[in-house]
Amino acid sequence: MNRAHALALLCIVFASMSLADAPLEPLRAPQAFDSIRNRAARSNAYFTEAAKVLQHPRCLNCHPATRTPTQGDDLHPHMPLVQAGPENRGTKELPCSSCHGPENAPTLGGRVKSVPGNEHWSLAPASMAWQGLTTAQICEQIKDPKRNGNRTLAQIEKHLAEDHLVGWAWHPGEGRAPAPGTQEVFGQLIAAWVKTGAHCQQASL
Amino acid sequence: MSQQLSINGVTHTVDVDEDTPLLWVLRDVVGLTGTKFGCGIALCGACTVHIDGVPRRACITSVKSLGNASIRTIEALETTPVGRSLQKAWLDLEVVQCGYCQSGQLMSAAALLAGNAAPSDADIDTVMSGNVCRCGTYGRIRAAIKQAANEIQHTTPEGAQ
Ligand code: FES
Ligand code: FES
Repeated sequence: MNRAHALALLCIVFASMSLADAPLEPLRAPQAFDSIRNRAARSNAYFTEAAKVLQHPRCLNCHPATRTPTQGDDLHPHMPLVQAGPENRGTKELPCSSCHGPENAPTLGGRVKSVPGNEHWSLAPASMAWQGLTTAQICEQIKDPKRNGNRTLAQIEKHLAEDHLVGWAWHPGEGRAPAPGTQEVFGQLIAAWVKTGAHCQQASL
Repeated sequence: MSQQLSINGVTHTVDVDEDTPLLWVLRDVVGLTGTKFGCGIALCGACTVHIDGVPRRACITSVKSLGNASIRTIEALETTPVGRSLQKAWLDLEVVQCGYCQSGQLMSAAALLAGNAAPSDADIDTVMSGNVCRCGTYGRIRAAIKQAANEIQHTTPEGAQ
């Protein structure tokens, strides 16, 4: 087989790979950062690794900059156009639950393979908008009780490690790439970050 | 799996796989064909029904998720004052073009007026954005919702319902 043939074959192989076949994006466990001696730098490294999840489309789509969610890996506007409403679950007359049930729903046909769902399907409050923020800005926001739903760091740690809706990011339904790694490793990274002082990179750095 | 469903006030026993979408049950098993299939991916709103009063897309709602819920379809629209006012307004203003999207439009409009007796243009747009009309009847839909709201307010002392 000459090079052109090999290349063509490779293209066919990649083109036929579905999302389900795509390798999961890795997420390094806290131990990977043991060699960083400076505590603040190590703390920041944990958060930066965890931010691969926070900055992933599965999370960003429902932490939008406006009160309208986005969709897909390219964060395009949600179709149909919907509004967060007063309680972040859509308006009373067009709630998120009109389309998003208690679990992911397979579709019968069409290019969208499933409609995502969860018992607590909702949009993040406006104070928790992440789209357009740097990792350092998200870090500061997550620590700020005025913007994090009045949570302590211990509550943040538990929320991110155990919450079912957060966990949806790793089980997003057919046709959607999951967030990197696992919720367990993500939780370990956040725990390590908190334990080492919850340092954030300075926004100016 | 045999399951009982409450549809438009009548109990139906259906024998379908538990992951069967409600839309299939309504149309193919129960024979209520007013609810339409448009996209099958919760995008167009043609399959909108009310489940315990909340508008839901029947195409992605599995029967196993329904339990004892009360399901109402376009066939029961005329049983409420809101529904009758909407029907009248739709006819008065000749809203319908091809008609395919309209049962979904009407079910969304009925949910809107049940929750908001005097919707503004913005309220209507926010809620009705979930229903697509390829014939572009949006302007007439908005006008008809306003006419129906008006009529309900002037003919029903307690407003909607
Ligand atoms: S057919 Fe259900 S939303 Fe289009
Ligand atoms: S009237 Fe034709 S699609 Fe709406």
